[in-house]
Amino acid sequence: VLAALSQAFTVTAEHGAPGSGAHHRTWLDTFDWRLYRAGLMLEFEQARRGGRLLLSKADGTPQAEQPVTGWSPRRPSLDLPAGPVRDRIIVLTSPRALLPIVEAASTVSVMRLLNADGKTVARLVTEHLTVTAPAAGPQAGTTAELPLRLAVAEVRGYPGQARRAATLLAGEPGVSHASQSVFTAALTALGRHPADYTSGVEAEITATMPASVAVARLLLRLLDTLELNVDGVLRDIDTEFLHDLRVAVRRTRSAIKLLGGVLPADLARQYGAEFKWLGDLTTPTRDLDVHLLGFGAMAEQLIAASPADLEPLRVFLARHRAREFRRLAAALRGPRFRAITDDWRKALLEIRDAPAQRRREPTAAELALRTTGHAFRRIAAHGARITPASAPESLHDLRKRAKELRYLLEFFAPLHDPVVYRKVVGDLKSLQDCLGDFQDSQVQREEIHALADAIMAERAAPAATLLAMGEIAAKLTVSQAEARADFGRRFARFAGPAGQERVRVLLQDRP
Amino acid sequence: VKTFATYNIKGGVGKTTAAVNLAYLSAADGYRTLLWDLDPQGAASFLFRVKPRVKGGGKALIRGTKALDGAIKGTDFDDLDLLPADFTYRNMDLLLGDSDKKPTRKLGQLLRPLAAEYDHVFLDCPPSISLVSENVMHAADVLLVPLIPTTLSVRTLDQLTEFVAGFHGRRPEIRAFFSMVDRRKKLHQEIIRDLSAERPEVAAAAIPALSLIERMSVERAPVTAFAPRSVAARAYRALWSELSKDI
Repeated sequence: VLAALSQAFTVTAEHGAPGSGAHHRTWLDTFDWRLYRAGLMLEFEQARRGGRLLLSKADGTPQAEQPVTGWSPRRPSLDLPAGPVRDRIIVLTSPRALLPIVEAASTVSVMRLLNADGKTVARLVTEHLTVTAPAAGPQAGTTAELPLRLAVAEVRGYPGQARRAATLLAGEPGVSHASQSVFTAALTALGRHPADYTSGVEAEITATMPASVAVARLLLRLLDTLELNVDGVLRDIDTEFLHDLRVAVRRTRSAIKLLGGVLPADLARQYGAEFKWLGDLTTPTRDLDVHLLGFGAMAEQLIAASPADLEPLRVFLARHRAREFRRLAAALRGPRFRAITDDWRKALLEIRDAPAQRRREPTAAELALRTTGHAFRRIAAHGARITPASAPESLHDLRKRAKELRYLLEFFAPLHDPVVYRKVVGDLKSLQDCLGDFQDSQVQREEIHALADAIMAERAAPAATLLAMGEIAAKLTVSQAEARADFGRRFARFAGPAGQERVRVLLQDRP
Repeated sequence: VKTFATYNIKGGVGKTTAAVNLAYLSAADGYRTLLWDLDPQGAASFLFRVKPRVKGGGKALIRGTKALDGAIKGTDFDDLDLLPADFTYRNMDLLLGDSDKKPTRKLGQLLRPLAAEYDHVFLDCPPSISLVSENVMHAADVLLVPLIPTTLSVRTLDQLTEFVAGFHGRRPEIRAFFSMVDRRKKLHQEIIRDLSAERPEVAAAAIPALSLIERMSVERAPVTAFAPRSVAARAYRALWSELSKDI
């Protein structure tokens, strides 16, 4: 390479050039790649004391930068020190923690390219990178060396010379254009892909595969998601690990209930019960997480009471959460949980890989058509019977049915026309949001009452706290009434004639 | 942006070496610095190994058909850029005289778009009293005047102060310093001591006459860069620290 450049320039080393020497960098993102999905990259550059955070677009365009001290990228952080980078990303990442994704140690050396007058007209910057996957996380501790990266830095006023140098370099054998950023190249070298985690279902199924194989694939995929979140739950990194784990459990239970007919009957029965145990195990911690996550917003709504009045409630919630979390963690480390996941996987793999049966079995498409159509008709009939005089339970029940339909749609998403699918799911989601607001308001109000009883019993807070909680309970009553008033319109859009036609198209015009 | 201009009616008084070394020290302190070599002889450009040539010449720059921005060259040093000399600068008086209104403010106007990009601009002005030097005085915040230690130098300084005092509106601050000082001469020492005590605008730091400073034209670099520990470099640093105290 240097010989090629010597054709046109005198090449000399530049010692102590800015940016030369050893560098330590760490790229960060949330577990579910929120920054990457938003087209952003966050990098921490270690300095002798502290370091700086650099936020850039995927193509490297700088977005924001801030110095940080007393902060390490190795520990998951729910929040960053105040500064422009934090301001730019906190809305995106919250409530998820930032985790180290890739660590890189590099040595940068700089060569001056001189013209006949001995003037520096360009610089050659070479970077030798060794990348490591952080200790806790996928491919932990794996190390890889990246191919040497070369860059020609232009000196102002000498663009032609930089182009000349780049052309000479490009003509050398073994030198190729670096199409990937260092971050992406590092991930590839470590055997990872950006956005390699998603909480979505995305099972690999086709319309013609036997229904049992499709269901086994779907359940295996849900089991993968569940297991990927266990470590984050146990390390208590952020609340969303438990949330994603619970969603995987709920989807699994729904799949067993709605599609379990194609599985051996005793297997469905046994694991239906096991996953119910697992779901129930996670509920107390998640409920307290939800209260704590919404605490700030709840306190801000107070009109009569002061947010400070609620502080004893927060302390109370945090204490109970810590206790519930210990119970949850012990169970997730225990033999029953391990037995569920291991044996369940074994059973599903057997079904997935079983040779084709002699008896004719329905295809995945036939199963999707039957179950999805049935679920939709149930909702349409049930919802049509709801009047303003109906008891809250009938709406709660409809919410469960709507959730089941949503899961069925998601399970079989690869079999549907994507445009119609998005419309049906959009309308369903709007109905679910309304039913969710209705029920959540009621549940939260009941929980506030239960918390008030518990606080009284433990004498854990003064009367002002209880009064503030009363105000919040009143607000919840108002929002429940609002959701109830909105139900008719949203249900009509989903299950009215146009909605029915959409579902008919979705289930018949399958590619 | 703060603009410094080295100016003396006489040539050969250490004006360009001062501009080159002070600009280098400013950049070394982390200030984004631009040096404009206005002298058609192009000594400052030569010292930075930059060809004394601007596309379209002085005409294109003064008429504004070519922005200054496009003519700037990076030097070998961080944070230090150079606007090279061009032989057509010898006609700059005529070019400035051509511009329709306020011919004495033209250079200042041309520099304005660069304000965001630089912290310090140094103007190395050709020796003379001309429309160019008058432009430079209007554009500058600080007029750096190298003085040869003679009794006449007091007169030079007085004349310049009087001239600047006649400006309407903004006037540059005058900062003088002794240059090409022969420390063996008793007269030099006396003049420096007396004048820097008497006149607050005269710096206590003085630049000695040294062959190492002349060597800059062989090394083609500021003495502060190629011999940073030398007496010469120390003298420029002392001068720069006095000047930059007020920044």
